[in-house]
Amino acid sequence: MLWETARLALRAILRNALRSFLTVLGIVIGVASVIAMVTVGQGSQAQVTADVAKLGTNILMLRPGGRGMAPGPGGGASVARPFDLRMVARLEHGLDEIETAAPVSNGTATVVAGGENYRTQITATDARYLEAANWPLVAGRNFTEAEARSGAAACILGETVRREIFGGLDPIGQSLRLEAMSCKVIGLLAAKGASSFGSDQDDVVLMPIRTFQRRIAGNDDVGTVYIRVADGVATEDAAVAITYLMREIRRIGPEEEDDFDVIDMKQLASMLTQITGVLSGLLAAVAAVSLLVGGIGIMNIMLVSVTERTREIGIRLAVGAQARQVLMQFLVEAIVLSLMGGVLGIVLGLGLAAVAARFMAIPFTPDPAVVLLAFAFSALVGVIFGFFPARAAARLDPIEALRHE
Amino acid sequence: MAGDPPLIRLRGVTRLYGQGAAEVRALDGVDLDIARGEFVAIMGPSGSGKSTAMNVIGCLDRPTSGQYLFEGVEIAGLDRDQRALLRRNYLGFIFQGYNLLPRTSALDNVELPLIYKGMPRAERIARALEALEMVGLKGREHHDPSQLSGGQQQRVAIARALAGDPRVLLADEPTGNLDTRRSVEIMDLLVSLRRQRELTIVMVTHEDDMAAYADRIIWMVDGRIDSERRNGKVA
Ligand SMILES: Nc1ncnc2c1ncn2[C@@H]1O[C@H](COP(=O)(O)OP(=O)(O)OP(=O)(O)O)[C@@H](O)[C@H]1O
Ligand SMILES: [Mg+2]
Repeated sequence: MLWETARLALRAILRNALRSFLTVLGIVIGVASVIAMVTVGQGSQAQVTADVAKLGTNILMLRPGGRGMAPGPGGGASVARPFDLRMVARLEHGLDEIETAAPVSNGTATVVAGGENYRTQITATDARYLEAANWPLVAGRNFTEAEARSGAAACILGETVRREIFGGLDPIGQSLRLEAMSCKVIGLLAAKGASSFGSDQDDVVLMPIRTFQRRIAGNDDVGTVYIRVADGVATEDAAVAITYLMREIRRIGPEEEDDFDVIDMKQLASMLTQITGVLSGLLAAVAAVSLLVGGIGIMNIMLVSVTERTREIGIRLAVGAQARQVLMQFLVEAIVLSLMGGVLGIVLGLGLAAVAARFMAIPFTPDPAVVLLAFAFSALVGVIFGFFPARAAARLDPIEALRHE
Repeated sequence: MAGDPPLIRLRGVTRLYGQGAAEVRALDGVDLDIARGEFVAIMGPSGSGKSTAMNVIGCLDRPTSGQYLFEGVEIAGLDRDQRALLRRNYLGFIFQGYNLLPRTSALDNVELPLIYKGMPRAERIARALEALEMVGLKGREHHDPSQLSGGQQQRVAIARALAGDPRVLLADEPTGNLDTRRSVEIMDLLVSLRRQRELTIVMVTHEDDMAAYADRIIWMVDGRIDSERRNGKVA
């Protein structure tokens, strides 16, 4: 009987295909936006988590800055005193909490090779950077200690740079010109793809920091120090120890504020995850409201339909339908209707999420639980908003209903 | 058997519409017995309460006062769902205005009461097709009411009332829209079904020719039974 009722409901729905579609449009849009929001939100969270995992959760970043910045030249914008390699060495050897401290400077440079010109990012560092950044090579080798110390003209290419400059050729052992210097390609980095923020992480050339200081930047500055905390030490404890030693190294008086920042990647990551979580939660809430509106739309149409179909109900009662059966008919009709809307919404939502994921370069990770939930929710919408109209229909008096024009 | 109660017994059945000055006595103390297998025609001027009486007998409407016994059972004591079961299992109704489901094929319309009887689909279709053929609508099974003439719609309504194999057929002007030839065909059908299935028929009609098929003719005026005639003789 239930199957029969569902079959009849489907027929009643298809008899008014256009109106049925318009009725469930609210549900379709509601479910589609919830699914799209949640799926994209989960995708970007997964991306952030993956990025952080790649980076490692035991990494601290040390950068000039903080509140106690020295006044800049000419009394203009404040510029913190830069770091240098001696400071990095003192830090690394002065603290047991630190396993490695890799100095990194960033810049941009024009690469020229075989007539090709390409502007790219420079990451200047030492031999330990690859390990600290968990970034494997796919060809060639890392800098040697000697190369790093002496500032040899050796460089490692990111995948994007390789493609732009060398195309299909093997770059290892080739020479390329970086601004005024010539350097030899010794290694090729594994492709990483875009970061959480959409920048191309493979658009990079690595070189020893001394080489960068001497040949490109023309100073002894170090931009950032990536610190890998020793096993068994909490990053929070390490950060305290580093701050203490740094104040000593940089001779900061007890009244003065730090002129550097210690950034915990773990905290940064959890903050990012939190932000994306809150954002997608907010969007999902907005979408949920539209689902509610969709439900009210169904109720409205079902109520109209009860009035419109009063005679039909009268006829059914006259040939022997019981109130329960009329109730079931309208309820099942509302449920079938909103389930159809739900399925349509799920398909549309996943499609939207897939397109968005492609554009945002995040993983497309449809969550079966969310899909199931959306399906169940649309059934619930049908039950809740279909109930009142169905009850109204079931309560009709047969003779009154038959007389209805 | 003399001791048997009549299939249908009305005693002092009154049905009021409206209140105060606007009160209408659609039925005003109707006493009527109808025996099992009997064919009764109800005649009378427009507004005399014929349809109201049919609705009461068909358990669609309830008397304001008075008693209605069906097979000795007091209808006033039944609830909504029990009355629905009575209609489903014992009664077939042909409405004055057909009352077919719009945008629904003739076949589906005739199937409708069978659905509520819980009949399997295949059997339902077979029965509905058979009923449609009986009323001469073979080939029109998949037409909507809007694609059928008034007379054809009326015959779909007749098929629907008969498909469920009721004990009592309540026909409110079943031939009102049919030409004489069709009307005679339908009356012959009713008479033969009555003989085969021991069908009890209550029929409202304005036409003496149709009333002539009945065992008994009841004449209503102003909600009351004015006179009765049996087989052409005044009772
Ligand atoms: N729902 C209603 N509300 C008020 N008065 C009604 C209602 N239904 C019927 N009546 C009145 O009851 C009386 C009997 O109506 P009924 O429909 O039974 O007449 P009828 O004999 O079937 O007439 P006809 O031959 O025209 O079909 C009429 O005066 C009518 O106006
Ligand atoms: Mg009438």
